[in-house]
Amino acid sequence: MEIYKLTSHELSVKLNEKAFTHTDVVAAIESRIKSIDPKVKAYVRFNGFAGQNELPAGIPVSIKDNICTKGVLTECCSKILQGFNPPYNATVIDKLSGAGFMALPVKTNMDEFAFGSSTENSCFGRTNNPWDTDCVPGGSSGGSAAAVAADEAIMALGSDTGGSIRQPASFCGVVGMKPTYGRVSRYGLIAFASSLDQIGPITKDTRDSAILLNAISGYDPLDSTSVNAEVPDYTKSLTGDIKGIKVGIPKEYFVSGIDPEIKNIIEEAVNKLRAIGAANKEVSLPHTEYAVPVYYIIATAEASSNLARFDGVQYGWRSNGPEGLIDLYKRTREEGFGEEAKRRIILGTFALSHGYYDAYYLRALKVRTLIKNDFDNVFKEFDCIVTPTSPTAAFKAGEKTTDPLKMYLSDIFTISANLAGIPAISIPCGFTKAGLPVGLQILAKPFDEGLLLRIAHAYEQNTPWHKMRPEI
Amino acid sequence: MEYVAVIGLEVHLHLKTKTKAFCGCSTEFGSQPNTQVCPVCLGFPGSLPVLNKKAFDYAIKTGLALNCKVQNFTKFDRKNYFYPDLPKNYQISQYDLPLATKGYLDIEVEGKIKRIGITRVHMEEDAGKLIHKENCSLVDFNRAGVPLLEIVSEPDINSPLEAYEYLSTLKSILEYLEVSDCDMEKGSLRCDANVSIRPKGETTLGTKTELKNMNSFKGVRDALDYEIKRQSEALNRNEKISQETRLWDAKTMVSVPMRTKEGAQDYRYFPEPDLPPFLVSDEQILGLKNEIPELPTEKMLRFIKEYGLSEYDAKVLTSDKKFAYITEERIKKYPSANKKPVVNWSIGPVLETAAASKMEPADLIIPGGDDEFIKLIKLAEDGQISNLVAKSVFNESLKANKLATQIIREKNLFQISDESSLEKLADEVIKGNPGPVQDFKSGKTNAIMFLVGQLMKKSGGKANPKVVQDVLRRRLTDV
Repeated sequence: MEIYKLTSHELSVKLNEKAFTHTDVVAAIESRIKSIDPKVKAYVRFNGFAGQNELPAGIPVSIKDNICTKGVLTECCSKILQGFNPPYNATVIDKLSGAGFMALPVKTNMDEFAFGSSTENSCFGRTNNPWDTDCVPGGSSGGSAAAVAADEAIMALGSDTGGSIRQPASFCGVVGMKPTYGRVSRYGLIAFASSLDQIGPITKDTRDSAILLNAISGYDPLDSTSVNAEVPDYTKSLTGDIKGIKVGIPKEYFVSGIDPEIKNIIEEAVNKLRAIGAANKEVSLPHTEYAVPVYYIIATAEASSNLARFDGVQYGWRSNGPEGLIDLYKRTREEGFGEEAKRRIILGTFALSHGYYDAYYLRALKVRTLIKNDFDNVFKEFDCIVTPTSPTAAFKAGEKTTDPLKMYLSDIFTISANLAGIPAISIPCGFTKAGLPVGLQILAKPFDEGLLLRIAHAYEQNTPWHKMRPEI
Repeated sequence: MEYVAVIGLEVHLHLKTKTKAFCGCSTEFGSQPNTQVCPVCLGFPGSLPVLNKKAFDYAIKTGLALNCKVQNFTKFDRKNYFYPDLPKNYQISQYDLPLATKGYLDIEVEGKIKRIGITRVHMEEDAGKLIHKENCSLVDFNRAGVPLLEIVSEPDINSPLEAYEYLSTLKSILEYLEVSDCDMEKGSLRCDANVSIRPKGETTLGTKTELKNMNSFKGVRDALDYEIKRQSEALNRNEKISQETRLWDAKTMVSVPMRTKEGAQDYRYFPEPDLPPFLVSDEQILGLKNEIPELPTEKMLRFIKEYGLSEYDAKVLTSDKKFAYITEERIKKYPSANKKPVVNWSIGPVLETAAASKMEPADLIIPGGDDEFIKLIKLAEDGQISNLVAKSVFNESLKANKLATQIIREKNLFQISDESSLEKLADEVIKGNPGPVQDFKSGKTNAIMFLVGQLMKKSGGKANPKVVQDVLRRRLTDV
């Protein structure tokens, strides 16, 4: 039996049976990373776990490089955070250890500061898609998704600001969930866009997604935006029964730019849902076309302010021999940030500038409300909304790096959930002719993660997709 | 030409909370650098602010005490600018929805009440402190994140004296609320002033300058005096006033223009996404309103009414909350209906002694406490000891940490009011000072005061001056 191929719920059973120990699990993951990761490059700064202090017992969880782990370098895959060793744990890390998990003392690759949809914007170089190493794994949580897909991780945490969990999960053929804004504490997640960021699970199946969500959810007094609401046991939602569930299919998601092959696969998935008891109907989310521009104003505006603290004064990269204060700022940031980070900082700074604020930022906030209202209206009648996770399957590395706009459109179907603050999940729902996985996105109203998992699980029970693993 | 000054004050004060505005670090002043810091106030990546409820309540209370409308919906904003003392390179502040607006403060200037509008009261976090060395600059983040309140006045102030009174009145209210130490020297209160002048009778406002770096209320008054004079002279020379920030130097009593930044600073304010907006209910506001103690003006009016004090006395007694409180306790304990002696003693010897020893008047320790203090006043009022003796006994009692009554007993200081023994002394004085006696007899009745003084001297200060005067007058006219 290959331990690294197991899910966490399978591992729990085996560990209880004393078929092997926690140490065996970590050793299995370690040797798997050693043998596979040179091809996938899902992890950064990996040197093996030897020489680490004795690791606590627990099912290992791989952590994205923007979630602080005490004593483990956390650099957001950016040169500007070089050497940053957090003196504190993110709340999710503490919650993991409290729930029988163990955060692996190594981080997964990502687009610098989560700026990207392909994990090509990392100061450590790109991650490869395990299904086709010439393709990108999606992003920004591409390292986490690729690690899970390649069985280099039992499960992983990612962060999702505009699709950064779901889109790579879709590209890598795994399950990725973005919880409701406020469901999971953001304390210790290095902020990209504070009003959009959420941490969420990337797993091999929906049961693991429920298990990991159970572990990390809940109110945190350290995060004023976390919501003080009861957390149900999500594994209880996995009933297999979705009879009478009303599914809305937004017409705006099936028009421009969608790959016909993807469209067919999604339609088949919808048919499958209907076959197992759901009822579907076309709905409208009329402000969908504004989601991308609204997102790129709000997200970059917040990012421009969140990233201001990286100035070489206290931690991270500091330019050598600056001539005075302004020069220290200029050179540190010039040398420390990558292209895309600079692009977004400039965009966001512009959007907040005097004379432009009303036309851009304020207007974007208003349209954000309209987008949220669109969802509220649909959820008055429907239990969930089903869409493709991404308009295409994984694309070739380098294909979109020269055209940021094209890259931004890769998130066109995932961004709205962040703007509206609603939960969404991406599950494997088929393969393209080229053999690349395709993801089905399900969205529900705030705090209805249980329903998402129930639908995803029922679908999974009746399809083989989640069991497929790349040959690597 | 005669000019009218138009002044607006911007006061920043530290709220007296135990912990910082958005984290649990201590706010104590004067600790070793960077010992009161955590990931939140250092702005470490991934850290998030959590509002200090106490600071927020203090801010609302201040708004209420300044007659402001406290908003039911308020939020925080980020003020973005780069500076090494600002760990996140943005300050959490309030921009378009401050927690309290449109209040006023009544001040008294030369016997007249004047109302100064309060534009807004908002909460924000303080920055750290830069320490410049020869080859480098160091940052102490202990102060970073300490809760600050900004109180902005309307440009209703028209003279440096009014500015001084505004600050004194404000300070006294804030001390009564116990929300701030208001210590300008420790930096717990800072004040910037905007000032412009216009010819008397005209309504168009002149170009204003901003004055910074004043470290006392007197400094504010001096800086304004200087600036108004500077602007008047410039206008009289037909020069233009340039809009600038000027730094006051208390040593040279001169202000100089600060190096101007290139172009206007754009702070790119936007709502702080890490803190959801706050809803403040009317019940919450009412609850905080009920916690506001009697404020100085109310107390002063009550003192006038209840104890028959003069306005001046009442004002002096109520300017300091603790002192007002202990003085009122003494007034209540004083066993006669006429409370004036306690008031005189409080304003006189107590305040003088406190000032001389640089102590807060409420902190002055009187041996034997209020009881001894009251006995001493009563002995003086009843004429058993002279006022002069009483005062020296008071001073000695404090200096030697000895009961006043014990000193009086040991030194036998009770006043001589016995007329027969005083008559003997009076005769001696009359005999020894024929000149003044002649003066008195020829109609210069004031000459008697000299003779009284001589008699007092002879008695070693123990004679009762009132009785002495009577006795002398009688002997002079009898003989």
